[in-house]
Amino acid sequence: MATTDTDLLHKEYWDLSYVSGPLVFLKNGGRFPTGAILTLESPAGKRQGQVLEASSSHAVVQVLQGTQGIDVKNTSVALRDESATIPLSKDIIGRRFNGLGEPIDGLPQVVAETERTITGSAINPVSRDKPNDFIETGVSAVDGFNTLVRGQKLPFFSGSGLPANEVANLIVQQASTKGDSEEFVVVFGAMGLTEREAAYFIRSFEEGGRGSSVVAFINKADDPAIERIFTPRCALTTAEYLAFELDYQVLVILTDMTSYCEALREISSAREEIPGRRGYPGYMYTDLSTIYERAGRIRGRKGSVTQMPILTMPDDDITHPIPDLTGYITEGQIVLGRGLHRQGVFPPVDLLPCLSRLMNNGIGEGKTRADHRELANQLYASYANGRDIRKLMAIVGEDALTPLDRRYLQFSNEFEAQMIGQGDTRRTIDETLDLGWQLLGILPKEELTRVNRDTVNAYYTPIMEDGVHSPYME
Amino acid sequence: MTTTTEAITGELTLISGPMISASGMLGVGMGEILRVGNMNLMGEVIRIDGDTVFAQVFEDTSGMYLGEPVVSTGLPLSVELGPGLLGSTFDGIQRPLITLQQASGDFIDRGLTAVALDREKRWSFTPTAKVGDKVVGGDVLGTVPETEHLTHKVMVPPNSSGTIQSINDGEFTVEETIATLDDGTQLKLMHPWPVKLPRPYHEKQGSDELFLTGQRVLDCLFPIALGGSAIVPGGFGAGKTVVEQSLSKYCNADIIIYVGCGERGNEMADVLDEFPDLTDPKTGGPLMDRTVLVVNTSNMPVAARDASVYTGITLAEYYRDQGYNVALMADSTSRWAEALREISSRLEEMPGEEGYPTYLAARISQFYERAGRVICAGSQPENGEGGRTGSVTAVGAVSPPGGDFSEPVTQTSMRVAGGLWALDSALAYRRHYPSVNWNRSYTLYLKELSPWFDKHAPAGWLDLRQRISTTLQKDAELQEVVQLVGPDALQDAERLTLEVSRMIREVFLQQNAFSENDAFCSLEKNAGIQEALMAFYDESKKLVDQEISLQRILDLPVREDVSRLRDEPNDGFAAKKDATIAEMKRALAELAKS
Repeated sequence: MATTDTDLLHKEYWDLSYVSGPLVFLKNGGRFPTGAILTLESPAGKRQGQVLEASSSHAVVQVLQGTQGIDVKNTSVALRDESATIPLSKDIIGRRFNGLGEPIDGLPQVVAETERTITGSAINPVSRDKPNDFIETGVSAVDGFNTLVRGQKLPFFSGSGLPANEVANLIVQQASTKGDSEEFVVVFGAMGLTEREAAYFIRSFEEGGRGSSVVAFINKADDPAIERIFTPRCALTTAEYLAFELDYQVLVILTDMTSYCEALREISSAREEIPGRRGYPGYMYTDLSTIYERAGRIRGRKGSVTQMPILTMPDDDITHPIPDLTGYITEGQIVLGRGLHRQGVFPPVDLLPCLSRLMNNGIGEGKTRADHRELANQLYASYANGRDIRKLMAIVGEDALTPLDRRYLQFSNEFEAQMIGQGDTRRTIDETLDLGWQLLGILPKEELTRVNRDTVNAYYTPIMEDGVHSPYME
Repeated sequence: MTTTTEAITGELTLISGPMISASGMLGVGMGEILRVGNMNLMGEVIRIDGDTVFAQVFEDTSGMYLGEPVVSTGLPLSVELGPGLLGSTFDGIQRPLITLQQASGDFIDRGLTAVALDREKRWSFTPTAKVGDKVVGGDVLGTVPETEHLTHKVMVPPNSSGTIQSINDGEFTVEETIATLDDGTQLKLMHPWPVKLPRPYHEKQGSDELFLTGQRVLDCLFPIALGGSAIVPGGFGAGKTVVEQSLSKYCNADIIIYVGCGERGNEMADVLDEFPDLTDPKTGGPLMDRTVLVVNTSNMPVAARDASVYTGITLAEYYRDQGYNVALMADSTSRWAEALREISSRLEEMPGEEGYPTYLAARISQFYERAGRVICAGSQPENGEGGRTGSVTAVGAVSPPGGDFSEPVTQTSMRVAGGLWALDSALAYRRHYPSVNWNRSYTLYLKELSPWFDKHAPAGWLDLRQRISTTLQKDAELQEVVQLVGPDALQDAERLTLEVSRMIREVFLQQNAFSENDAFCSLEKNAGIQEALMAFYDESKKLVDQEISLQRILDLPVREDVSRLRDEPNDGFAAKKDATIAEMKRALAELAKS
């Protein structure tokens, strides 16, 4: 993609036969290997294409910049590269590129130490090292309840109008490994981002002092949609290079995966494939996995790739194919809730559907604190109970509630206001856990069945609230 | 096996994702393995049209040119069966991942070949058959100590029979001849077997022994039998993988085959990190010694997912034929079904429901039917009794899109599997694990297992189980009332039922897979907790009938002791339980007097 044309191999052909949507068909399918990058030259300009399928009768090529203006008679095709690659070197840090890896910061292309194909290869599962280093993000809803560890892929499920970008940015600014000042290199892959959003991120990176340690690949909302297929792969190839060759701790932000999936759907429908749910192709799970699985750690290497993809759930529907398939691949999810956002809670993390599958690897004695697991379970269970009671109260009225129910109600309200709604302040993990115990004080001791009795005795202090009668407090 | 004929060479005419076609391949059979292109990628024939064959390729096909050679091998997709499988980690087409790592480093390259079994290692073979014995396929020739605790039985391959002409004692590699038959057949420690062909057995048998999972909710409410099958459907985050892994750790099978089909790489890293350090509850040896991992993560080629499921079940059948109880965990069968869908769509087959091929149901049922308890193949004792038996228990995770069980893979699997352990996201959200929904799940094995429970489980097991089940059912009904009128409108007796079922849910149905004492629950402990809960119910009921306020009963600290029983270790649980019940009765009696 970013290579210079090698003139010796440069041979042009005029055998376009069919143009539809983002695709063109070539008459002779055997000239180019599948996956090859082609240059298409027409009176309307130069573009790039990739061979998707080759058969003796034809080849199918997706045109990255769209097919507007391409005609069958005057467009020539030439091989540019046998596969899509990106040039890499240490100097890439701090640079800004478009969705195909071409510089957009006014500087020349980086001088390649090495060229990598952007599709990458699967990490051999036996080479993987278990991710278990706790990352302190400073956000209680993440640190306390859905802990992020190095090498994890933890997406944000957002909705239109919810501040996913702000939350992601908060984490980028605050993330650190406990007791370690080592900073992350951030690789930022943006698909279909509006000008405003892109500017927000770039500005925040720079203001937060992270500007020099960010590599950005930006495909904007008005850039060609098909480029979006390449953007996350360019970002991840860069991330893998930085992590596994140069020993950096890399945090990859991919936003918005929904735009990526829509580009995938566009190509699939142009190829007249049998659509799966909501028109998305049946192989979307496999395709997404070749993006999300490129996170992790490798035995014997220092660096790590941690992924935080962001996606917008259409109509806040978590069962929509995009969040659904993402959730099946990633190691948990952070879900933003509209209700909390309306209440003015920031960050508006809807805790119940959130999950971090690798949490257990990153917490406990020596990592966070011995009581972390049990405390998180207890807070989760109590908060879920409180939310149920809130629903019940809407039906039967407050008078029908038992005194214990009222305690739970009070607990869950305080939990949302104080624990989740921390605002912009950064909390250490100890502060988060201490606040958790303080909130549990609202509930009677006997209710804390998720916590070991010794732990309860060590940390629990009941709070007497005026005006709320509790038989448990006598 | 298939005789190797001259290789047929054709050339590539189509490359479309994981599917290719090649012309000039006349004489190649369905299911045959091809070597595709200059990179020698492995492919399997799935359609023949004249001299053109279509094949699914088990590796990434990009970068190939049309016209590259395609060569037939004359063999169907097969696995190598012999000592050395246990403790290994294979990819979907039985290449050891360690060998691939040595060949290509931390990232998997294409076109690598690797044999499944170590060719250098020498195994000590002790014959049990002797010269002159008439043997048929499945008969045991001798034994090899495969691990410290497992004796590998070397069998006559299924399609061979004759009289033993020579048999040797000593150290052999898997390729060396250990015995010869009168027709000249040389028998080795290893033999190949095509994965899509079920291995023969003498007779299928009913299953009447419990597949002990160590999970309270499963063993009590939804038990399945050794040789049975169950499916674990659940939306993402419902805990399918934790259930599959807990079963692998604690179930009472002799051997575990764990198939990670289209799932996460880090999960496999977790298993590989954890299993070698865990202890096999049956033998005390390392857990890895009874485990074979077949791993095809989601970003590995899609066609190999199809292969991984068959590879797994064939390995399971092989150990079953030796007379072992094998458990096969497949996580997740939905990814396999999606692979079928993708290939089918590339073949432009007419789709069935939701784009899945119309033969989806047939494939899924064939898979689950390979589970079962059998009298193993081989010569049977003349009186017809005492033949060697073995079993394969299959537990398949299903990942329904959007957590909606009405989709084809869940529905088809439900029709053939004997147990449904339905996981529920709503329970998982409140950290109720294992998130088995007790109203939705079922088992078809309860009747067959009843005699076994009567004989082997703690006394009164089935009655207690019924009471737990009934209480939960009553709870479901009462909850509907509560939703309408609020808990205050209920009588104390009804509220007691609600409270007791809350305890059942929190104390009994929930189990912490990460807690030392709670991760595995023995049948004794399982029954003990049931007994304590029901005793609390009965005793409290008496008090409520005497019009003693329920609130005062619930305030008794002893209730918390009952709740904490599950944190007690399995060893010596009975004594602890008896003490707790006695203390509870005393406290309640005291309350009745006051």
